[in-house]
Amino acid sequence: MTEWSEFLLAPLQYPFMTRGLLAALLVGIICGCVGCFVVLRGMAFFGDAMSHSILPGIAVGYLVGGGARAPLIWWAMGTAVLVSLSIGAVSRHGKIKEDTAIGIIFAGMFALGVALISMGSSYSLDLVHFLFGDVLGVSWGDLTLTLILGVLVVGVLLIFYKEFLVVSFDETLARTLRLPSAALYYGLLILIAIAIVASIQTVGVALMLAMLITPPASAFLLTKRLPVMMALSALIGALSSVIGLYLSYYVGIASGAAIVLVCTAFFLLILTVQRLAHRH
Amino acid sequence: MTAEPHSAVAAGRETAHIAGAPILQVSDLTVRYGTHEAISGVSFTLKEADQVAVIGPNGAGKSTLFKTIAGVLPASRGGVRIGGVDPAGHICIAYLPQRSQIDWTFPVTVEDVVMMGRTGRLGWFRRPRKADRDFVHACLDDVRMSALARRPIGALSGGEQQRMFIARALAQEAELMLMDEVMAACDMPSKEEIFSILKTLQQRRVTVLLSTHDLEEASSRFDKVMLLNRKLIGFGEAGQVFTPDHLKEAYGGHLRLVPTGAGVMILSDSCCQGEP
Repeated sequence: MTEWSEFLLAPLQYPFMTRGLLAALLVGIICGCVGCFVVLRGMAFFGDAMSHSILPGIAVGYLVGGGARAPLIWWAMGTAVLVSLSIGAVSRHGKIKEDTAIGIIFAGMFALGVALISMGSSYSLDLVHFLFGDVLGVSWGDLTLTLILGVLVVGVLLIFYKEFLVVSFDETLARTLRLPSAALYYGLLILIAIAIVASIQTVGVALMLAMLITPPASAFLLTKRLPVMMALSALIGALSSVIGLYLSYYVGIASGAAIVLVCTAFFLLILTVQRLAHRH
Repeated sequence: MTAEPHSAVAAGRETAHIAGAPILQVSDLTVRYGTHEAISGVSFTLKEADQVAVIGPNGAGKSTLFKTIAGVLPASRGGVRIGGVDPAGHICIAYLPQRSQIDWTFPVTVEDVVMMGRTGRLGWFRRPRKADRDFVHACLDDVRMSALARRPIGALSGGEQQRMFIARALAQEAELMLMDEVMAACDMPSKEEIFSILKTLQQRRVTVLLSTHDLEEASSRFDKVMLLNRKLIGFGEAGQVFTPDHLKEAYGGHLRLVPTGAGVMILSDSCCQGEP
């Protein structure tokens, strides 16, 4: 018993670990909730594109601010909202196929981000932080902001739950009920964008997608009710984040990667158990 | 998108019908996608409680017609009047989707889907209350689906899927139901079930437009039929609409008219849009 409590408490003697754990926990919950809509609407590629496209925004903020970390989140936010709206517009009205259009924006923006960061002095170190996250560098200010963004995102999702449900399940119904389906669609894109920004310091742009889709996909396997799916997904996301961070501490692997690996392990475990149960 | 219709809906109201105006009046309706004319110059009027089967080959514009009437697609020319006013402010029109338009793995149950029909009546920021849940169960009862209320939608048969959407339209308190290919995936008993529900709907003064590929069913089960192929070829009683000339005009080379002892037999090789 004491060995266990020591195992769990030992990392918490470092304040940066406590902050990192809380940040990871929040990210797991936020992405777990929003991600359900990403998975159900088949927007995984959009989510991936969104997170990568934020990079140039962060890079510009980084160069303009002379390396200051605090304003970066606002640069990321501005870029995220801009990118989600332009991807939304392209996919609703464009002549080019949606995935092609998203791919062009995504790859172009990502390249721009890498190019801009390479202009900075400590190119390789900073790039790694942005790509794979730096959860142990989370300050109390960052944590507060993540909490505020999380409450905002989950709150809006719950307040407009029945409208988001209708527009995701049957857009024609949403329109015959005279719901503002375009506004709801863009609203959902912006919520995804905010969730990504809130999570970027924890897992980084390259592994962001996993937080958005792997826990919801695991939850999808376990239930046939959306509210239950959202709750389970948040739980799996939160658990994965905490377990991943402990794993990172004890085994000495990169934290973002550890969190994503635990998410993936949860998914594979659930899938395997279900397959086996189905067979018998 | 204007703010006005939403605020009307959000307040739990909707645009009032003009007394004495027909429930549906379509005049010179033309819908274009780019340069392609999906329907052209369609005009007709429906009275309350009319039930009309809409017949036409694939690509005849049946879904386009329905979605334009519902106010989901914009008209390029001409217009639609619901109870004498523009459809955009109405939540009394239900469009029942073809089954291929729905993701049947979506994690919702039958009662969740029927409750979606209440969304327009509930307005923003309001959760369904007991009265709404009771209403949903009454709607499910009307289509004899009460026992399946908690079933995931992925576990429904073709006929049950359609009855669920009829219940959703009832929950929406729709006065005009646009049923797109509801019979396509149904076996005989399910079809009979739906025909009996249609009878109940008629008693409740619900107006129905139902698209189908089955000429036989259309003429034997409906008082009025509509023959459509981009333009309106005929509208009225089956005997007057399904004439050899009209059918040839609608189906062109896809239709064979074979004279037999019992009358003209019609063979069609056009069937079942998007269905296996």
